[in-house]
Amino acid sequence: GIRCVAYNNQSNRLAVSRTDGTVEIYNLSANYFQEKFFPGHESRATEALCWAKGQRLFSAGLNGEIIEYDLQALNIKYAMDAFGGPIWSMAASPSGSQLLVGCEDGSVKLFQITPDKIQFERNFDRQKSRILSLSWRPSGTHIAAGSIDYISVFDVKSGSAIHKMLVDRQYMGVSKRKCIIWGVAFLSDGTVISVDSAGKVQFWDSATGTLVKNHLIANADVQSIAVSDQEDSFVVGTAEGTVFHFQLVSVTSNSSEKQWVRTKPFQHHTHDVRAVAHSPTALISGGTDTHLVIRPLMEKVEVKNYDAALRKITFPHRRLISCSKKKQLLLFQFAHHLELWQLGSTVATGKNGDTLPLSKDADHLLHLKTKGPENIICSCISPCGSWIAYSTASRFFLYRLSYERDNISLQRVSKMPAFLRSALQILFSEDSAKLFVASNQGSLHIIRLLEGSFKHLHTFQPQSGTVESMCLLAVSPDGNWLAASGTSAGVHVYNVKNLKLHCTVPAYNFPVTALAIAPSTNNLVIAHSDQ
Amino acid sequence: MVEQERVRVVRCGGSELNFRRAVFSADSKYIFCVSGDFVKVYSTATEECVHILQGHRNLVTGIQLNPNNHLQLYSCSFDGTIKLWDYVDGILIKTFIVGHKLHALFTVARAEDSVFVTINKEKPDIFQLVSVKLPKSSSQEIESKELSFVLDYINQSPKYIAFGNEGEYVAAVRDFYLSVYFFKKKTTSRFTLSSSRNKKHAKNNFTCVACHPKEDCIATGHKDGKIRLWRNFDDDKKYTYTCLHWHHDMVMDLAFSVTGTSLLSGGRESVLVEWRDAAEKNKEFLPRLGATIEHISVSPAGDLFCTSHSDNKIIVIHRNLEASAVIQGLVKDSNIFTGLMIDPRTKALVLNGKPGHLQFYSLQSDKQLYNLDIVQQEYINDYGLIQIELTKAAFGCYGNWLATVEQRQEKETELELQMKLWMYNKKTQGFVLNTKVNMPHEDHITALCFCNAEKSENPTLVTASKDGHFKVWILTDDSDIYKKAVGWTCDFVVSFEEIVTIWDSETWELKCTFCQRAGKIRHLCFGRLTCSKYLLGATENGILCCWNLLSCALEWSAKLNVRVMEPDLNSENIAAISHSSMGSDLFVFKPSEPRPLYIQKNISREEVQWGVFVPRDVPESFTSEAYQWLNRSQFYFLTKSQSLLTLSTKSPEEKLTPTSKQLLAEESLPTTPFYFILGKHRQQQDEKLNAALENELVQLPLTENIPAISELLHTPAHVLPSASFLCSMFVNSLLLSKESKSAEEIPDDVDMEEEKERDDSDEENDFTEKVQDTDNTDLGEDIIHQLSKSEEKELRKFRKVDYSWITAL
Repeated sequence: GIRCVAYNNQSNRLAVSRTDGTVEIYNLSANYFQEKFFPGHESRATEALCWAKGQRLFSAGLNGEIIEYDLQALNIKYAMDAFGGPIWSMAASPSGSQLLVGCEDGSVKLFQITPDKIQFERNFDRQKSRILSLSWRPSGTHIAAGSIDYISVFDVKSGSAIHKMLVDRQYMGVSKRKCIIWGVAFLSDGTVISVDSAGKVQFWDSATGTLVKNHLIANADVQSIAVSDQEDSFVVGTAEGTVFHFQLVSVTSNSSEKQWVRTKPFQHHTHDVRAVAHSPTALISGGTDTHLVIRPLMEKVEVKNYDAALRKITFPHRRLISCSKKKQLLLFQFAHHLELWQLGSTVATGKNGDTLPLSKDADHLLHLKTKGPENIICSCISPCGSWIAYSTASRFFLYRLSYERDNISLQRVSKMPAFLRSALQILFSEDSAKLFVASNQGSLHIIRLLEGSFKHLHTFQPQSGTVESMCLLAVSPDGNWLAASGTSAGVHVYNVKNLKLHCTVPAYNFPVTALAIAPSTNNLVIAHSDQ
Repeated sequence: MVEQERVRVVRCGGSELNFRRAVFSADSKYIFCVSGDFVKVYSTATEECVHILQGHRNLVTGIQLNPNNHLQLYSCSFDGTIKLWDYVDGILIKTFIVGHKLHALFTVARAEDSVFVTINKEKPDIFQLVSVKLPKSSSQEIESKELSFVLDYINQSPKYIAFGNEGEYVAAVRDFYLSVYFFKKKTTSRFTLSSSRNKKHAKNNFTCVACHPKEDCIATGHKDGKIRLWRNFDDDKKYTYTCLHWHHDMVMDLAFSVTGTSLLSGGRESVLVEWRDAAEKNKEFLPRLGATIEHISVSPAGDLFCTSHSDNKIIVIHRNLEASAVIQGLVKDSNIFTGLMIDPRTKALVLNGKPGHLQFYSLQSDKQLYNLDIVQQEYINDYGLIQIELTKAAFGCYGNWLATVEQRQEKETELELQMKLWMYNKKTQGFVLNTKVNMPHEDHITALCFCNAEKSENPTLVTASKDGHFKVWILTDDSDIYKKAVGWTCDFVVSFEEIVTIWDSETWELKCTFCQRAGKIRHLCFGRLTCSKYLLGATENGILCCWNLLSCALEWSAKLNVRVMEPDLNSENIAAISHSSMGSDLFVFKPSEPRPLYIQKNISREEVQWGVFVPRDVPESFTSEAYQWLNRSQFYFLTKSQSLLTLSTKSPEEKLTPTSKQLLAEESLPTTPFYFILGKHRQQQDEKLNAALENELVQLPLTENIPAISELLHTPAHVLPSASFLCSMFVNSLLLSKESKSAEEIPDDVDMEEEKERDDSDEENDFTEKVQDTDNTDLGEDIIHQLSKSEEKELRKFRKVDYSWITAL
């Protein structure tokens, strides 16, 4: 399920964190392609995600750490403990130079963002219970913090709470035990919008600390809120799977008085909408049902094209399944385990398009669990079916698989070289004699596989100056050519025989989504996200 | 009725009250609704019809209060005129002749001298909204041809058009479009919903529209039950809407409350929904309103709502969603199976009402008396459901018994048939279910008839069925069960397709059989009074036959395609209505002679379905021979389009007016101190009389019964002659004839006090003396004496107070 989404206006990118700690980055201008991803970790449940200082991405989670991601190398730059217990919320200041986290112990901590790290600056007045939501006033002078049963408004300069706005616990006449403020939004005119577990969207005046308007919109929790930059519309997501759009509409055509009106409901989710984001042209929502839905706002779209259509991102953009053609084996990659399946077979023959009856059902051969809390980044099975390789963020594993007459045995190839620590992409050559590994330092390793052992053949070092890592690999069927592509730069083609860079395909505006080399002609086919 | 008028067909009552939205007066005291060619003014408190505004020559299609004078009402009609009424007095003030057929009327406070109407130009389906300038003139009839075009391609019903923000813009919907015209900018914005091409939005059609009174917000109802609230519609691009969805079927009407805080909607669910703050979660319901809500309107004062229903009913609802009054007209069901009947007791017209109900409708007062639930099952309103239908009903024994037949047939073989017998209960003044017979016959019951012979002490019921049997049902002694008996009475005749058989009710023997070679017999009836030896039959292929029962021979036959044949209970006359492609014709004749007494050609374009003779309360005296058949009874008939028509030389509304006028007077009596004294006094008087039992004549003459007083009370003060002139006449009118007892005079005297007090102050001394006189001489009782003395004191007090203003004049 999707836990949080954060939209970066400058680069038009969207960061999405999932409940397993994975963080994905989508490029909205590149046809919503998932450009980058950071593998999850069992102990890192992300609760908050935000962009700061332009392109820097931070996340915070229940392990109490603030993490900054390295978007170039696709790994974690550093993790820093906030010393406030689990972190529930995080917000970057409008200027982008400060970071605010809300902790389990009721403290709100302010961090200064330095060019290569973050530095603790001070604590705000400590509250009684956990801080579940935070929002800066666009002017940067005040913040609103949603807690349980109340919302606090802090003055940033003094760090003291100037208002405490109590939220009604009543829900349709029944008093719930607690009213959790799932989200707050501070507008520049001083209005605070809160969403809570009683299904209410409430408008508060932060100057006086009073309730201005109340919209009861759901029978269940309203869990997320996001306001557009122009502050003329916002979006909330409910636990019923509905996303409501609110707009600031003038009361009459000739008066300047404006009011917030609930306009359109969207029901694209089947489960809780845990996170919403508001881009200038679209509403983005994600939730427990794992879909990321991007709903364009029709009135903001200039031309009606494919971009104006509703998007539902359900399938992963990475390769999670690899197959062994000879042995008819399929390897499935999960967050913490691999599954190996034998495909079913049939004796019948038929025309194209016919459904043939299976004489033998598909068979679950192997369930391989990873060691440690880290998620699997990538995995591969060799075409001959006798090798399995996978990698986590810190370790690389290679297995020798022998499968004969329902007898399966797996043997780990030990003594991996030190440089093979983590891989972004693994690929076997067609004859299963070579293994290509794209590591996250941007280098490409070629390894010759022998019976039970291996031999390091060569390492293609990245071109000088770039640390961009390769995440797509393709090998020609004859094994002579290897194509590799990074996230933005062009496609490099290497000659495997004489171990040299053959050429570089010029970079295109849109990222590469798939690579393949045609078997007979050795033509390289490149798919980009826009076509 | 001495002067000879032409008998003409008159639409009498029973017209649709729910044709257009009802309109409240500014003070919510009255509610106006269109009713055929008239506008009816009802009191919201008492449900009584106060006035009938008549003057239009065709269907009234729209009414609106005059925004500049809330005591005036505009109405428009198909006859091409807009009329301005003073509804308090029921006077027509002005007539504006527009010339076009007007389909709807709208008024806007901002446009002072013009109103908006919907007219039809050229093509039959193209309607235009135009503004009509109403010229200022003192004459009664003014031509106003100055039309200016506003919107094209709209729907004819006023539900599809709404004016918003004090007339700044007008919103019109049709099919999948919402058009908004801004008067200031003179621009039209058009918004389109995805239409039927897409399966998902197949029922996106607009059904109604309403505008927020304060904000720029348009609410539209849709066929799929959704309500959309449109905002920002002055911008073609940035417009936005939100949905409210509760109705499962088409939204029939929408209305905003006066302040705009809540939105009312209604539909086929017959539930009034109040959406507060336009929030989906915050809604209130008023369920079980009985029938589909057709229109909703809100009083300008904001304290009342009203809903018009498909069963010709208007319900007045309080702000807190409590129904406070029901104005029920003649229920128009699409299938009148029972035909028209007359309840012998109340002289009310009885026919199918709501589904499964029998309605008793008073022709005189044009309102429903009561509803008898025959089927006694919850009615579920849904398409495709086969309902239990009330198919036959018959009264017997001077209204003591009522027999009804209901049936439900889902498949060819599964017939559910039930016969119910109802007895009139004098205590409750209504019919009580006495017996229920399941499957009285094997097949559909075709006819149901009570024995009307005076000699029979037991009520006898005969039923005939398609299964080839007829059954006679007799009330057994002292038990509530009818015993089945196979027998016959001579009052009953049964026709089997082409054969007529006559049976003796005493011996239950077949008396004689007539055979008609041509066609199935559709109607049968006996002659009455002097012509009772004749039997009349009408066949399907257009032949009317008359048999002589004594000679058992065909007396005469005529070629006439009879649709309806009804005997008059009070005379020998029989009315027959024939139908041809040209229209329906009425023939009135006596069975003894084949020559018709009266022929009225072309009484109606449509096919007449049922007819009935209604006995008159007061016999009329038409001197002309041709109209003599109307002397004792009136003939009412119902056409296929459910309009109830009658033949009359004058409109029945003329008869209605005196009673309604009186009601108005009663209502408008001010509650003065005198009124209280009078009331108390009268109460005392009544108690006294009852206690002493000295007088059976309890009926005291009421003030309303004395014409002079009522005249005095009801004439506006500025047209009254001087008080001294009236005085003698007034006093004279109060004098009672000599035979009446002394006790009766007292209340009258008090009345007189009242009147005196009001009218003339000069004769003060005289007056008090007189009062004392009457009190002293006429009253022996001490209590009353004392009472009147104390009253006297009170009166004096009032006098001192009251006369100051007269001197000030």
